[in-house]
Amino acid sequence: MQLLDVHKSFNVGTPIETEVLHGIDLTLFKGEFCAVMGPSGSGKSTLLNIVGLLDRPTRGTLTVCGEETTRLDDRALTRLRGHNIGFVFQYHHLISAFSAIENVMMPMLGAAGFPDAAMSERAAELLEYVGLTPWRDNPANKLSGGQQQRVAIARSLAMNPPVLLADEPTGNLDTKSADSVFELLRRFNREQGTSVLFVTHNPVLAQRCDKTIEVIDGTIVDRHRGAKAASDADLLL
Amino acid sequence: MLNRWTPFEWIIALRFMREGRMQTAFIISGVAIGVAVIVFMSALLSGLQSNFIRRVLSAQAHIQLLPPKEVARPQRDVEPGADNSVYGTIVQPPLQRVRSIDQWQAIARHIGAMSQVVVVSPEAAGSVLAVRGSASRAITMIGIEPTQYFRIVDIRDKIVRGTDRLNAADILIGTELASDLGVDVGDKLRISSALGASNTLSVTGIFDLGNKGANQRTTFVALHTAQSLLGLPGGVTGLDLTVRDVYAAERIAQRITAATGVQADSWIKTNAQFFTAINAQQTSNTVIRFFVALSVAFGIASVLVVSVVQRSREIGILRAMGISQGQILRVFLLQGGLLGMLGSIAGAALGAFALILWQQLARNADGTPLFPLSFEPVLFIAALVLATLTGLGAAVAPALRAARLEPVVAIRG
Ligand SMILES: Nc1ncnc2c1ncn2[C@@H]1O[C@H](COP(=O)(O)OP(=O)(O)O)[C@@H](O)[C@H]1O
Ligand SMILES: [Mg+2]
Repeated sequence: MQLLDVHKSFNVGTPIETEVLHGIDLTLFKGEFCAVMGPSGSGKSTLLNIVGLLDRPTRGTLTVCGEETTRLDDRALTRLRGHNIGFVFQYHHLISAFSAIENVMMPMLGAAGFPDAAMSERAAELLEYVGLTPWRDNPANKLSGGQQQRVAIARSLAMNPPVLLADEPTGNLDTKSADSVFELLRRFNREQGTSVLFVTHNPVLAQRCDKTIEVIDGTIVDRHRGAKAASDADLLL
Repeated sequence: MLNRWTPFEWIIALRFMREGRMQTAFIISGVAIGVAVIVFMSALLSGLQSNFIRRVLSAQAHIQLLPPKEVARPQRDVEPGADNSVYGTIVQPPLQRVRSIDQWQAIARHIGAMSQVVVVSPEAAGSVLAVRGSASRAITMIGIEPTQYFRIVDIRDKIVRGTDRLNAADILIGTELASDLGVDVGDKLRISSALGASNTLSVTGIFDLGNKGANQRTTFVALHTAQSLLGLPGGVTGLDLTVRDVYAAERIAQRITAATGVQADSWIKTNAQFFTAINAQQTSNTVIRFFVALSVAFGIASVLVVSVVQRSREIGILRAMGISQGQILRVFLLQGGLLGMLGSIAGAALGAFALILWQQLARNADGTPLFPLSFEPVLFIAALVLATLTGLGAAVAPALRAARLEPVVAIRG
C-alpha cells in the first residue's frame, strides 16, 4: 500500500476550493500496525478515506495491493475495496435493521449475493473472537457503544482484508472499552498479518503501535519508529 | 435468520421496509386506497356494461336484415328550365307499406353459410288489431319459426303462464295485453289486419319481457299465420341473426349489406347511444386511473426520497463494505416495486370487499342484486402489475440518488 504525492482538495472549481492534503507520501507494509495522530481537522480522515478508496485524490497516485487505482472506475474500486479493505469508524455505524451477526455477515453477503451457512459460521467465529457470542442475535442498536464497536471490528474483518483502516475507533469509548478494542485490532494484526492504519488521539495507544505518523495541516510532519519495524521490500503491499 | 434463497438486495430492502414500519404502513395504505378505487370503479363499470349487453341481447337479434325503405321520388325533373328558372319540388315521405325482402330464401341460405353467423331466423311482422269482445288493442304481431327464433330470443324463459307451443292457430301474448283484454291461456283472440284479413287464434302462453310496453304490444304467432294475415304469402319482413362474436356484429352487418344489398342493422348500431355513454365513462375512468396512478407514484417516490436521506449513513457504510452502486440501486427499486405490489394486493382485497358490500346494499326493490358483478381475475392481475410497475418507476429517481451518494459525504453525514 503506497501513496505518492497525494493531494486532496475539496470544492474543486468553486471559490471556496481548499486543499486539505498537500502531497502525502506514505507506505504501509504488510503486517504493519501504524498509528496516525494529529489535531482535529488536519486531514486524517480524508487521508484514510483516500487510502480506503472511498474518495479519490485530486492529484498523486495510490497503489493498493499492487494495483494502481487512479484510473479505476467505481465498479473496480468497489470490488477492490470490498475484498481488500476493512473499515472501522468512530461512530460504529452498524445497520440498525439487522442483528449483530447479520451485520458481520453483511460484507460477505454483498459480495456473494446470497446468504449461506459458511457466512454465518464465519460471522459466528468473528463474534466469538470479539467476545460477543451471547449478543449475536441482538439488534445492532440494542448494544452498548463498546459492543457495537466490536461488532464493527468483526464486520471489518469478515472478508479477511489485508488492510484495516480504523478512524478513531476508540474515540467515543471509555478507557477500558478503548483498550479492549485496541487489543482486538492488535491481536488480529499479529495473528492474520493484517496491516492497520489506526487514527487516535491517545498517545499511550500510539506508543504500542509499530510506527506513528503525525498529520498536521495536511502534511506528514513526523514519523516515529515503534518497537517493531517491518521494512523488508518483499513485504511491500 | 436469513433465508438462503433470498438475494442480498431483497434482504436489505425487506429489512429497511420493516424497520420503517410507519412509513411503510402509511404508503401501503395510500396505494391500497388508490388501487381499491380503481378496482371498484372498473368492476362496477364493466358489470354495468355486461349486464346491459346481456339484457339487450337476450331480447334482440345481433343483426336484423330489413327490406329497403320506400324512397320518395320527386314528381318532376329538377333540371333548370329554358328560362333558367328552378322548379321547387315538394318531396313527401311515402307511406311505408309492409314489404317483403326479395329473394329472402337465397339470402338466408347465403348468410347462414357464413362462418360467423350462428342462427338465421325469418320473421314477418306488422301491426294488427287484437279484438276480444268489445275490447280491442293495436299490437305488433311477429310471425316466427319457433325453432330458429327461440335460439335468438328465448321466449321460453319468459313464459309465465301456459306453454311456448306455436301452431298455426296459436298466439303468445304479453302479461299487459292479457290483463288489458282480460284473456288467459286457452282463450281466443280475434286478430284483424289493415288489409281486412282476420283470424281467430288461441292464447297458448303469456310471457313477461320485463318491459311494460313490450308486454302490451308484442305478440308472437307462427310465420305462416302472420304471412297470410299480412298479405305476404311466402314473404318475410326481416331476417334475425345471431353471430359468434357479438362485438363484431357491426362489421358483419356491413359485410352482409355489401354482399346482398339488403339493409342490415347490428345491435351495436341500434344501441349507439349506449355505446357513446360507455365510451364517455371509459374515458373518465381512464383519466381517474391515470391520476390515481400518478398520486401513487408521487407518494411512493416521496417516501423513498425521505428514506434515502434518512439512510444515507447506512448507504455510505454499505458502500464502504464493498456494496456496489448497482446493488444500492436495486435495493431502492425493489422497495418501490414492493410498496406498489403490497399496496395493490391490499387494495385489490379492499376493492373486492367494497364490491361485495355494495352488492349487499344496492339492491332492487324485490331484494335481488341490481346486477351480478363479475370478479374478473384479469382486473386484479392488471391492477397488481400496473401498481408494481408504477412503484418501480417511482423508485427510479430516489434509487439513482441513493446509488450516486458519495460514500464519504454520506458517512460524514
Ligand atoms: N467533504 C468535504 N468538503 C469540504 N471540506 C471537507 C470535507 N471533508 C473534510 N473537509 C475538511 O477537510 C479538513 C480535514 O478534515 P478531516 O480529514 O476530517 O480531519 P481529521 O479527521 O484530521 O479531523 C477539515 O478542515 C474539513 O473541514
Ligand atoms: Mg476525523
